[in-house]
Amino acid sequence: MKNQENAIEVSDITKKFRIYFDKGALLKEKVIFRSRNKYEERWVLKGISFQVRKGEAIGLIGHNGCGKSTTLKLLTRIMFPDAGSIEMCGRVSSLLELGAGFHPDMSGRDNIYINASIFGLSKKEIDSRLQDIIDFSELGDYIDNPVRTYSSGMYMRLAFSVAINVNADILLIDEILAVGDANFQNKCFNKMLEIKKKGTTIVLVSHSLGQIEQICERTIWIHEGLIRMDGTPREVHNAYLEFMEEKRRQTLNEQEGRKQEEAGSVEASGEDSPGQPEGGEADGGAREEAEQSQECVEKPAALRRGSGEARMKSIRSYNSKGEEKYNFSSGEDIIFEITYETYERIEQAIFGLSIFRIDGTRCYGSNTRVDRVKEFAIEKDGRARVCFDNNKLLPGRYFVDVCIARGLDLIVDYMDTVNEFEITGITEEMGFMKMSHRWEVDGGEHVI
Amino acid sequence: MKTIKEIIEYREMIFSLIRRDLRGRYKGSVLGFMWTFINPLLQLGVYTVVFSIIMRMNIDRYYLFLFVALIPWMFFNTCLGGGTRVIFSQEDMVKKIYFPREVLPVAFATSQFVNMVLAFVVIFAVVFISGMGVSLQALLYLPLVMAIEYILALGITMFGAAATVYIRDLEQIFNIIGMAWMYMTPVLYSVDMVPEELRGLYHLNPMTSIIVAYRDILYYKRPPQLGTLLNAVLLGLAVLAFGCFSFSRLKRRFAEEL
Repeated sequence: MKNQENAIEVSDITKKFRIYFDKGALLKEKVIFRSRNKYEERWVLKGISFQVRKGEAIGLIGHNGCGKSTTLKLLTRIMFPDAGSIEMCGRVSSLLELGAGFHPDMSGRDNIYINASIFGLSKKEIDSRLQDIIDFSELGDYIDNPVRTYSSGMYMRLAFSVAINVNADILLIDEILAVGDANFQNKCFNKMLEIKKKGTTIVLVSHSLGQIEQICERTIWIHEGLIRMDGTPREVHNAYLEFMEEKRRQTLNEQEGRKQEEAGSVEASGEDSPGQPEGGEADGGAREEAEQSQECVEKPAALRRGSGEARMKSIRSYNSKGEEKYNFSSGEDIIFEITYETYERIEQAIFGLSIFRIDGTRCYGSNTRVDRVKEFAIEKDGRARVCFDNNKLLPGRYFVDVCIARGLDLIVDYMDTVNEFEITGITEEMGFMKMSHRWEVDGGEHVI
Repeated sequence: MKTIKEIIEYREMIFSLIRRDLRGRYKGSVLGFMWTFINPLLQLGVYTVVFSIIMRMNIDRYYLFLFVALIPWMFFNTCLGGGTRVIFSQEDMVKKIYFPREVLPVAFATSQFVNMVLAFVVIFAVVFISGMGVSLQALLYLPLVMAIEYILALGITMFGAAATVYIRDLEQIFNIIGMAWMYMTPVLYSVDMVPEELRGLYHLNPMTSIIVAYRDILYYKRPPQLGTLLNAVLLGLAVLAFGCFSFSRLKRRFAEEL
């Protein structure tokens, strides 16, 4: 330990795993299929160094497979680094596995002894904590019943109570604060804060950034085996969320690109679109027609209904610059464009569009009649646009339903679940739509 | 040295695991813990019937001759065969929690040892009831012989437990070896029946000396010979050293291999 103030000193640790292509665990396989034992070495940690002061609580974040859990396992001494050193000062307890060593046929009380002894407690220490553990678990008289009679909630409560009462100097936690009902979770959370107050050093791996913000004063972001950022939770989390968002947008665009490629190749193979396009007034001409995406026309019948005097050919979404897009940020303009072809003149035509969240909740819907657009008729092919200026949707996936109707109740063409799109952004607001609001709390006013 | 200190710090875990094993084994059965005694007693009954009525051996009270060797043999054999499962049957624990890994084989071997000691209660009961009687002077050597066997069994358990993590076949292989080993050890027969020229080889088998010593004490009612004891101690310690060494080398990658 170079610095007496530190509880954990990690210097330049690396770890590689052997990824077997086809692992033969049996002797026969090891001997006979020598070639099968080829493995690839994957560097999970490529040199990580950090220090944790005594009494400090830090959070480790990163996407799956970045090496954060491996780091925690190295700290726990379940695994050993290939290079570098880890020094820790004081008793280490890890909450990686709850209820280790529980025997279903033995009573809760007996199991407390087994479980706590695995954490390295002596009998005397367990005796002195027994009452605390039982109280915390809220099991009451059930404590003397065999564990197999417990509900899963009771089981987890008992297991967590033991783990949290170990009184370590360094506590390592991996994603386990989600046990029991909301009440018990709250209790666990408060217990964590209490433990922290006592000066216990805490290393917490979690996907819940909120939890880390509440407990930790520092966050380390591990990315592809290296520390990418180390700082206060707020700044690291924002950078992390932005990064993840960016990544998601990329994959989304890639998917979109692939989809369009596929659509393009289908059309290239020369298809007869139903209903001959008549060119005419439809702004765009033949080229535009060829570009029509398949997805609308090919919708199965169940998702499409209507009397059929006119049919929609495509629904697309654009941003205010006219670029076709399927992911938008909150607040961006969204323009939906419907192209259609008409086989008969339709008086009192109405266009409608509704936005649904992916789970089917209608977020908003309207049509040209409701919005009091001057009555019109359609008789040629054409397009209709609807613009949502600075959309108020919260991040999530959405889709739209569109329809053409005649008069009040005759549906000419209705299409379900088309044009899936995504709203991206960083926010902790809940629900699916922003609503303008204002807080008035004694002591200050803040307008959003 | 550090490891030994740590194991001592985790002694409560060893005790808990032993308690869990002994008490948990017969939980749910009507007779419960009594089975620890009933089991060897019934076994003895079977041997008595088989060997004194059907397969008559020309050894006086053959059932006792066999039984005093069989109980210690079963302890060793369980450690040999069952010991291989010690680490990987506790996979979840090994992968998720830190504790000195040696705790698991130590707890396993010790719990088997306790089981053997309890079975000895039955042996003594039979010895008294059958009117054989005991020699107190010879009996003084019994704890020593038991300790030697424990050392040997622990060494085997450590090796088996660690190696099986890497090569799962060892579980089966060790079971076969256990069977063969029993016939290579004077459990069913006396060491005098072994051809003269093979006897030297026989004494390389650590269990030979141990079984001979048990039989000396309990069946012949005489203290075991010093040479026998010395041979057993040396071989036992060698096996333990080998077991500890291989275990300490192999334990670092347990969590990855499981």
